[in-house]
Amino acid sequence: MGFDIRMPIGMLFTLFGILLIGYGAATSGSSMYEEHSLGLNMNVWWGCALLALGLVMLALTRLRRKQ
Amino acid sequence: MRPEPHLIDYAIILLYFAFVLGIGFVLKKYMKTSTDFFLSGRSIPAWIAGLAFLSANLGAQEVIGMGASGAKYGISTSHFYWIGAVPAMLFVGIFMMPFYYGSRARSVPEYLKLRFDEKTRGFNAISFAVMTVFSSGVSMYAMGKLLQLLLGWNFTASILISALIVLAYTFLGGLTSAIYNEVLQFFLIVMGFIPLVYLGLRDVGGWDGLKVRIANDAMVHSWKYMGHANENPMGVEWFGFLMGLAFVLSFGYWCTDFLVVQRAMAADSMTAARRTPVIAAFPKMVFPFLVILPGMIALVATSPKPHDARAQESVAVGSATQSSFFTGGRGIIPPKYDAAGKPVVIDGKVVLDYDLATPMMLVRYFPSGLLGLGLCALIASFMSGMAGNTTAFNTVWTYDIYQSYINKTASDQHYLWMGRASTVFGLAISLMAAFVAKEFNNILDVLQLVFAFVNAPLFATFMLGMFWKRTTGHGAFWGLLGGTVAAATHYGLTLPAGAVMGVKGGYLGPVLHVYPSEMAQNFWTAIFAWVGCFTLTVIISLLTAPRPKEELKGLVYSLTAKPEESGLKWYQKPATLALIVLVLLVGLNLVFW
Repeated sequence: MGFDIRMPIGMLFTLFGILLIGYGAATSGSSMYEEHSLGLNMNVWWGCALLALGLVMLALTRLRRKQ
Repeated sequence: MRPEPHLIDYAIILLYFAFVLGIGFVLKKYMKTSTDFFLSGRSIPAWIAGLAFLSANLGAQEVIGMGASGAKYGISTSHFYWIGAVPAMLFVGIFMMPFYYGSRARSVPEYLKLRFDEKTRGFNAISFAVMTVFSSGVSMYAMGKLLQLLLGWNFTASILISALIVLAYTFLGGLTSAIYNEVLQFFLIVMGFIPLVYLGLRDVGGWDGLKVRIANDAMVHSWKYMGHANENPMGVEWFGFLMGLAFVLSFGYWCTDFLVVQRAMAADSMTAARRTPVIAAFPKMVFPFLVILPGMIALVATSPKPHDARAQESVAVGSATQSSFFTGGRGIIPPKYDAAGKPVVIDGKVVLDYDLATPMMLVRYFPSGLLGLGLCALIASFMSGMAGNTTAFNTVWTYDIYQSYINKTASDQHYLWMGRASTVFGLAISLMAAFVAKEFNNILDVLQLVFAFVNAPLFATFMLGMFWKRTTGHGAFWGLLGGTVAAATHYGLTLPAGAVMGVKGGYLGPVLHVYPSEMAQNFWTAIFAWVGCFTLTVIISLLTAPRPKEELKGLVYSLTAKPEESGLKWYQKPATLALIVLVLLVGLNLVFW
């Protein structure tokens, strides 16, 4: 009922992805990555994963609406 | 090691709140009837209902509790999933949903009324309503306490704010709002914990590295040491485990607790309803890796001091006396502190604060940014647990208590109004319970105990009701009562090793048996309760008049037509999906034997 839940999920994760990628890029090389995530810039890496999930969800919403 | 959340972390959490509220607002206009509000108009697709079924149960107490158990008991904790939850979920989907959904009952207590009688429904409705509203309060308390300990956030503020947000979206959008937000929560938990497990395992050298560092074989095998209670950290042998946990407790929960069953009842068709728990079983099988592993890794993780390589080497092998990040702790798990700020010591051993295992992992491995996501996942699970309890409460109150006993003939719009009103006062009671729990910790323990006594015999009643047409209302009611008394009696006559009389048991005077652990005592209490209820129900049913068969059509296995499955593709058939889950389950158990 109501609307397709994939849409808000898609939007939220797309936004999260963009936020984290942006923040990760802006703080690239910061000591916090050495201190926490074993030197990896997890914000950028995982931000990409979040963005991917968000876009897949939005794509599924689009597909379903076309049906 | 208190983290300082940055603006980015707050931004992520606030964005989440905005979406959660937004979903509630958008759904308001679809809530036209009480069925819309309490049961989503029975229109939810199977995959959504399935993820909600899973997430409704996945409160933060489970996420944190499983991490704590992982740190305490190791990979045997997976039994809660692989022989407890998953088989129970398959059973309720394949065998019990036809009756829940087919009877058109609007709640679990209502099924009891249709199958048995009013007094059985009343007993279940009232005990469930009280239980669920207090569980919500306990959840709030746990969240407030954690956020205060971890981040220094004000206890009252955090529970008030989260309660208000939950109130807003459940008031507006009813069950649908709760369900949609539970699906959102599912993705948050998965996306929040995958990087945690990845980083943690990478840091300790993978599963093999973890095994070496933990240096305790019983912690990394799930079945090998289950022969005798004293061979494994849990203190339970395989029989107590299978019967107590798997059969009585897990089946008891997943098959009769309205919190989860409600999500399946909201599905858009009978096959969707049957598939809902089976669909939920797939991710459920994988969750041990997400929630148990962090706890185990926390035992041997090292503090983030990248330049002090020598200090890191010296903590490579696990032992509580090693210098860990916290004095007296182990790995990154701190000890429990007493009021004076000193580590609590019992029997010469420091007591670890296992509940902090998973939160400490988040703090240790997540930089700002990702930390926001991790915190958001935790907060989301607390809130969806609260929402689940709230929607279960408002339905049981409105249909099974208010409509059944107080006001039988009002209009549907009135019941819709009552649904909204009970959402408000339900949350208010939960809040009060949270504050009481803060002042009187023991009340929590007493409450949890009482609920365990009430829950333990439930599955026997449902099983007999659904599969034996001879079960009568008198049998069911007295069986339930008897089973609860049996649980309380067994608990009152036994103690776990090292405990004193009181909340841990033995309150009836003579201690007839000492169990190796609390867990063992709990499992055996459940077994006694179930057996007591089963026996009493059978005896009294045989002594009382049975109901005519026509009245039981659709409510009992032998008097119900088998569900129609001819037009379905193989992946839509509940039984086929369940078989796949079972095969995977056996595989997982073997891999971690």
